[in-house]
Amino acid sequence: MADRELTFEIFRYNPARPEIKPHMQTYKLKETTGMTIFVALNMIREQQDPSLMFDFVCRAAICGSCAMIINGRPKLACKTLTNTLPKKIKLFPLPVFKLIGDLSVDTGTWFRNLSLKTESWVHTGKTFDSAKQEEHMDNKTALEIYEAERCIECGCCISGCATANIRDEFLGAAGINRVARFMVDPRDERTPEQYFEIVGCEEGTFGCMGLMACDDNCPMELPLQMQLAFVRRKMASIGLGIKQESKIKMGIG
Amino acid sequence: MSIYQTHITDVLIVGAGLAGERIAVEAASAGHDVTLLSLVPPRRSHSTAAQGGMQASLGNCAMGEGDNSDVHFADTVKGSDWGCDQEVARLFVENAPLAVREMAIWGVPWNRVVAGQRKLPDGRMLEEKKEKEGLITARDFGGTAKWRTCYTADGTGHTLLYTMDSMVIKMGITVHDRTEAISLIHDGEQCIGVVARCLRTGDLRVYIAKTTVICTGGYGRLYSASTNAVINEGNGMFVALNTGIIPLGNMEAVQFHPTGMVPVWILITEGARGDGGYLLDKNKYRFMPDYEPKKKELASRDVVSRRMTQHIRAGHGVDSPYGPHLWLDIRHLGAQHINTNLREIANIARNFAGVDPVKDLIPVRPTQHYSMGGVRTNKDGAAYGLKNLFAAGEAACWDLHGFNRLGGNSLAETITAGRIIGKKVAEYTKDATLSYSYKLVDDAVKEQENRIKALVHGWNGKENVYDVRNEMEKNLMDYVGIFRNGTDLQKAVDNLREVYHRSLKIGLESNGEGPNPELAQALRMTGMVRLALCIAYGALTRTESRGSHAREDYPKRDDTNWLKRTLAYWPQDADLPELKYEPVKITELPPGDRGYGESSAQSKGGK
Ligand SMILES: Cc1cc2nc3c(=O)[nH]c(=O)nc-3n(C[C@H](O)[C@H](O)[C@H](O)COP(=O)(O)OP(=O)(O)OC[C@H]3O[C@@H](n4cnc5c(N)ncnc54)[C@H](O)[C@@H]3O)c2cc1C
Ligand code: FES
Repeated sequence: MADRELTFEIFRYNPARPEIKPHMQTYKLKETTGMTIFVALNMIREQQDPSLMFDFVCRAAICGSCAMIINGRPKLACKTLTNTLPKKIKLFPLPVFKLIGDLSVDTGTWFRNLSLKTESWVHTGKTFDSAKQEEHMDNKTALEIYEAERCIECGCCISGCATANIRDEFLGAAGINRVARFMVDPRDERTPEQYFEIVGCEEGTFGCMGLMACDDNCPMELPLQMQLAFVRRKMASIGLGIKQESKIKMGIG
Repeated sequence: MSIYQTHITDVLIVGAGLAGERIAVEAASAGHDVTLLSLVPPRRSHSTAAQGGMQASLGNCAMGEGDNSDVHFADTVKGSDWGCDQEVARLFVENAPLAVREMAIWGVPWNRVVAGQRKLPDGRMLEEKKEKEGLITARDFGGTAKWRTCYTADGTGHTLLYTMDSMVIKMGITVHDRTEAISLIHDGEQCIGVVARCLRTGDLRVYIAKTTVICTGGYGRLYSASTNAVINEGNGMFVALNTGIIPLGNMEAVQFHPTGMVPVWILITEGARGDGGYLLDKNKYRFMPDYEPKKKELASRDVVSRRMTQHIRAGHGVDSPYGPHLWLDIRHLGAQHINTNLREIANIARNFAGVDPVKDLIPVRPTQHYSMGGVRTNKDGAAYGLKNLFAAGEAACWDLHGFNRLGGNSLAETITAGRIIGKKVAEYTKDATLSYSYKLVDDAVKEQENRIKALVHGWNGKENVYDVRNEMEKNLMDYVGIFRNGTDLQKAVDNLREVYHRSLKIGLESNGEGPNPELAQALRMTGMVRLALCIAYGALTRTESRGSHAREDYPKRDDTNWLKRTLAYWPQDADLPELKYEPVKITELPPGDRGYGESSAQSKGGK
């Protein structure tokens, strides 16, 4: 890889100037040791084009800000080394999310909505009593919850998902994983039926076409496929139960 | 007249990291209308990056047995090198356990005590008691007499922030993300809100509130090499400083970590050296034994950092496009050890620097890590200088940390201070009324509009914003780093003064339209250089060594002359801050020996 000259083709669009159609712009850059897309984009902005829009916060694969389509696949730009890519690098913003400009998209609004739709907080009747010791919890359970909570809301799974690309309201793998996180948490007092309300539908687990790009593209390597199966199984059994019940109610069971 | 959107709220919180969100939850619980502003979606705030943990003296685990708030207090005061406010430290240690337990009810999956025997890496055996099983456990962090740092695996900041944000969402608190506060609106006595720029459209907006709270995090990114998120540019601090009325406390207190990885400055933990890794220079020569024959690479954090800098200055650094660095060598530990015991480090090296530590050297350099200074507040979190204004978290100098923060004490600060100050904010707001003159607001917006026009059209000059920024970063890094001396600090102050004048002449190269990032940077630049000058000038003036502030020409702590806090003001039209001082409040523990030796003086600062 010594002394490669990289060619970046980058998607450009500024909503403040709608008359300028979206287009690709080319930049050239000398590759350096340890160069990531984070390093490269900053160099381009500082030395060649200060108007270029993109998002980084932690630059350490922790915050989920920097996902974009890199040579056709959704990835975290901060942990993508240029030396793992060919000399020609094509960058697009993530689909599904609203475009803010160039490579920057609005994942914040999307994910806040997802939290609201799935009511992503511990539902409990208990309140904090400062005089009391904390309740006991099995360490294994704590670790299980953490496993499901590791999602950084980068949006790679959503962008890679065919259903999410055609159906606005689809919760996608991130949403289903989020529900799974609360399902395994003993502090959450929601009943299976309440969960069914949230994910037992076409916008939830039953909308998935099973292409599994979410699982392939997750930079955190979350077991999204397993989470989906877990939630689906639960939903299916509850769904059947509900059907049964309504049949009984209607006197046909 | 200008046209802009105006938002009115009871409590306006600038910053949606842990500190800001905890205050929001408290104020909203008291029935106030609360609005949070953030540069990024709240969950992307820097708080999410903290991995290690949060201190609270629960005393549940075997190695934490006998811990209590008194022990935590003593550790914190010693850690601060007696620079902290002891009244605040006392408040903090009493409340930290509550803050941790409350987070458990809200959803944080804290790691728990597992009963039984366990062997520590150093061979010691340890027995966790049956009756403690399932209670919140803790891990070891430097500078603490007991194991006190509560954690969730390697994602403490992540789980805390996600849980806190879920409370914010549940309570329906208004959040305007991608919104940057660029100035405070005030009449010289009272603060009534902020002028902000929408980072989606570039439009200016006005937020008016009975109470405004600054929770914008640290200023790591003033330095060219920092472990901090790229958005940690000290925004809230310079927005406050720019008023000319609000002082910043102890800005010269800056914490460094020896091994940030080049060129992305991600933290490589001490584990690498603990397990036998060593440092090499450009000739692949192991230099640490020359400087520290006894402890070598395992001398304390600050000592290693200083020796590395010294060695680089002597011309032994490896040249790179990112500046000179040194090497960390762990190859001799073998693939087996590296891929299991040091997996985290190995992955970081592979993912972010493209080096495989099994066969390659890891490029490292001492790196800025934490800012102890910030908007000076009293123990209620109320900012000095203006009514209706509060501050909390890393952006504030509540003064829990004095001249050195202990690892795990800053996450604990955000949430504990959030609880305490949140209550004060709620009480304060209940009695406050909102009255302001329209002209005051309009003038504040006009001022910002004019600044923007001048930048876009280059009315004041054509200085390049990134050149100015690089100059500032370099001066801080080279001359106001890990160890300091009068000559270098003077150089920094002189140079930064020049940089300051250049910052007033910035003109954009792009057109500044829409959510233009060059304009965003340009709007911050003068404020950032002001902060840099507060750091450099404060350090030059403080002729002693205390905590992270290590002067080669004044190597001793000087309690006779310097048991006081620096307050930096920025008078109008000045090109240097005006420094004033106030005594440090000592209530319980008079200055003494820190108990971990001179050379480890500030080694115990956190991960
Ligand atoms: C690598 C690393 C590891 C760490 N690990 C630990 C650890 O293990 N334990 C520990 O105790 N501490 C640790 N720390 C320190 C700790 O993480 C921080 O001090 C703490 O999270 C700061 O929280 P905060 O709420 O004050 O600010 P932040 O979390 O930084 O939040 C700042 C908020 O302000 C917003 N903001 C900034 N400027 C503006 C503006 N102008 N307008 C509007 N919004 C604005 C941002 O968008 C953000 O929402 C670590 C630090 C680093 C760098
Ligand atoms: S910048 Fe945070 S994940 Fe890439």
